[in-house]
Amino acid sequence: MKTKERIGVFICHCGTNIAGKIDIKNLIQKNSGKENLFFFDYPYFCSQLGQAFIKEKINQLNLTRIVVAACSPSLHEKTFQKVAQEAGINPYLISCANIREQCSWVTLDKEKATEKAEKIIFSHINRVMYQQPLFVKEVEIVPRVLIIGGGIAGIEAALKIANAGKEVYLVEKEPSIGGHMAKLDKTFPTLDCASCILTPKMAQVRENKNIKLLTYSEVEEVSGFVGNFNVKIRKKARSVNLLKCTGCGSCIEKCPVKVDSEFDMGLSKRKAIYIPFPQAVPNAPVIDRENCLWFTKNKCGVCKKICPFSAIDYDMEDEITLEKFGAIIVAIGFSLFNPELIYQYGYKRFPNVFTSLEIERLLSSTGPTLGEIILRNGEIPKEVAIIHCVGSRDENYKSYCSAICCLYSLKFSYLIKERTKAKIYNFYIDLRLTRKGGEDFYNRVLEEGVEFIRGKPAKIEMQKNGKLVIECEDTLLGKIRKIPVDMVILSPAICPGKDTLSLAKILGLSLSSDGFFQERHPKLAPVSTMVEGIYIAGCCQGPKDIPETVAQAGLAAAEVISLIDKKKIEISPIVAELKEDYCSGCGVCIELCPYNALEYDSQKNKAKLTPEKCFGCGVCVSACFGGALSLKNYREEEILAQIEGIL
Amino acid sequence: MKENINILGFLCEWCAYQGADLAGTSRLNYPAEIKLIKVPCSGRVSGHMILKAFQKGADAVFVAGCHPGDCHFKSGNIIAQKRIKVIKSILDTIGIEPLRLDFFFISASEGLKFKKVAEEFYAKIEKLGPSKLKKWKIR
Repeated sequence: MKTKERIGVFICHCGTNIAGKIDIKNLIQKNSGKENLFFFDYPYFCSQLGQAFIKEKINQLNLTRIVVAACSPSLHEKTFQKVAQEAGINPYLISCANIREQCSWVTLDKEKATEKAEKIIFSHINRVMYQQPLFVKEVEIVPRVLIIGGGIAGIEAALKIANAGKEVYLVEKEPSIGGHMAKLDKTFPTLDCASCILTPKMAQVRENKNIKLLTYSEVEEVSGFVGNFNVKIRKKARSVNLLKCTGCGSCIEKCPVKVDSEFDMGLSKRKAIYIPFPQAVPNAPVIDRENCLWFTKNKCGVCKKICPFSAIDYDMEDEITLEKFGAIIVAIGFSLFNPELIYQYGYKRFPNVFTSLEIERLLSSTGPTLGEIILRNGEIPKEVAIIHCVGSRDENYKSYCSAICCLYSLKFSYLIKERTKAKIYNFYIDLRLTRKGGEDFYNRVLEEGVEFIRGKPAKIEMQKNGKLVIECEDTLLGKIRKIPVDMVILSPAICPGKDTLSLAKILGLSLSSDGFFQERHPKLAPVSTMVEGIYIAGCCQGPKDIPETVAQAGLAAAEVISLIDKKKIEISPIVAELKEDYCSGCGVCIELCPYNALEYDSQKNKAKLTPEKCFGCGVCVSACFGGALSLKNYREEEILAQIEGIL
Repeated sequence: MKENINILGFLCEWCAYQGADLAGTSRLNYPAEIKLIKVPCSGRVSGHMILKAFQKGADAVFVAGCHPGDCHFKSGNIIAQKRIKVIKSILDTIGIEPLRLDFFFISASEGLKFKKVAEEFYAKIEKLGPSKLKKWKIR
């Protein structure tokens, strides 16, 4: 033990919480007089007076290190670090001995509790001798925000942050922003028109000077850390110069190629040069190079000839943007479960089995049928079945509840009944109408005469006359029923977006067991992630409706604004340290590091550590054979000394 | 007189240590012979630390971390679990029963589970008796 250190040991009574079990007086008496150790006790060290007492003793006795034996360090370690700092001791030269949660509160016998407390206190005295002063580093935060995904969540967050005067890059992989909400007709339960509430927001994004919109673009690489992310964005070649194009549409008119429209879920055709939907932002076409005759057969070129503004550029190449960002919001939305996997429901085998998104397009006044609900042969259906929970709440596919299907199925029931007067059957397991106004909406739909059958259909068969017969056990009647209908609507599970996994890898985010992004805390940090400075919003975090998505986007924006307005961020000094001389270059640590903080330096044949990327888990340290790596504040010496003291 | 059993637990700061704290806040008692050390991640626990603990008189050692998939540092708990298996085989070679070392998954909300794990582990070690290393007084 080094002798020049003077250690103050402050034992808290915590009222009777500690003093009631542990004989503090005896403990101090027994150990007083030990060289360089100064024991004190006090009813509550966390109180203002208690803190002043510690400071006074530090100054009076020139203490150099302190041990506070009190409650769990999770509660007051920060408090006592601050006290130490104010009294002139480095905050990392204190150690908190947990003698309440892990001693007085869990031990019945007083004598044993006192004995254990003594061991715990001495383990921290041992440890604090080896602790080293550490300094919190401050790093400036780049006042620019990256938002990945231009659906309602991304749009909402972008507008909030841009309106607070911050620079935002909004990256969307499709040619237009809008996301799934742009495809919807009406929204439940108020039945307001989705595009009437969405398109003004899209226009605001276009007009806002603080937002840089990168459509038809994808994030390829992300490195760095909170406040300083380095991001590589690929802007795919649109083949149309956005600065010259006015969106007149004459090129689209003349294009000879017709393919299925993705926006209309394949229910209509689009050209090879196209604007995804009328309200698209940016309102400029894009050339689909996979289907365009110029790119596939090197002929045609009619769009270039016809364009009055010579905006068509066949030679356009992908553009790479490298930019620094202070924070990132991920809002990449969801994908729909593919009902083809449930063979017995006949999706794609029977023409009049539709998914919910297809019905949204049919209901839409800008959709392929201009809002008419018709069968593939053009007839109006007389009987329509809506099947809930297709692939969700199903052990064979997705076990979770998709949260929104009950209410949108009710919405379909109402709208289709209104437009076609058809008889409507809902096949449900449970109706989960937890959203505001949900129950009233259900009653309204019931009054319209919509029928509800509690049971999951076993199969759907098509008769020769085209009628689809649904076989189902009506669990309320306790009978097997066969119901013939003209049209079947499947409400498929909300699944993680297609890019979720690849983006999780790029960003270093973790996924929950159902494949959505994992939030830091389900209740108190619902949009934060385990990676500092990266936030999530909307359906990429889990199935949810529009109001909840907007609320999350708002929270993510608030988190980002409060982060950026701090201007500087403190970086925890508890990171790994590499002594190059001891490194043999075996590379074991490189494989283990979850944050790529360790790389192989092929010139020196040694590991290379980037401390800014290190989160301080210490997995590499305990794997290093040569003792080249150590973790500050949890160095081998510190823990070994603690082990010696506690046993 | 029966010799005292000494058990040392390494708990990750994010899950198991919080679980042990919760056992305290819920006033659940467990044997005082179980002493705990906080580590940033169960993956920080090295073979050196475990062997040192046995050398210094521990009759058993356990490491506890977050549940699979919940690790604050992505995968430190899984690495720790694998490491424990390797160290068990080392213990076997030097004549310490591998049963004296174990790994548990305990979340921050599992105060009751912590108590149960502590009690069960204690009972198991009590049956085994003090570690041979201790008898030989190699310190």
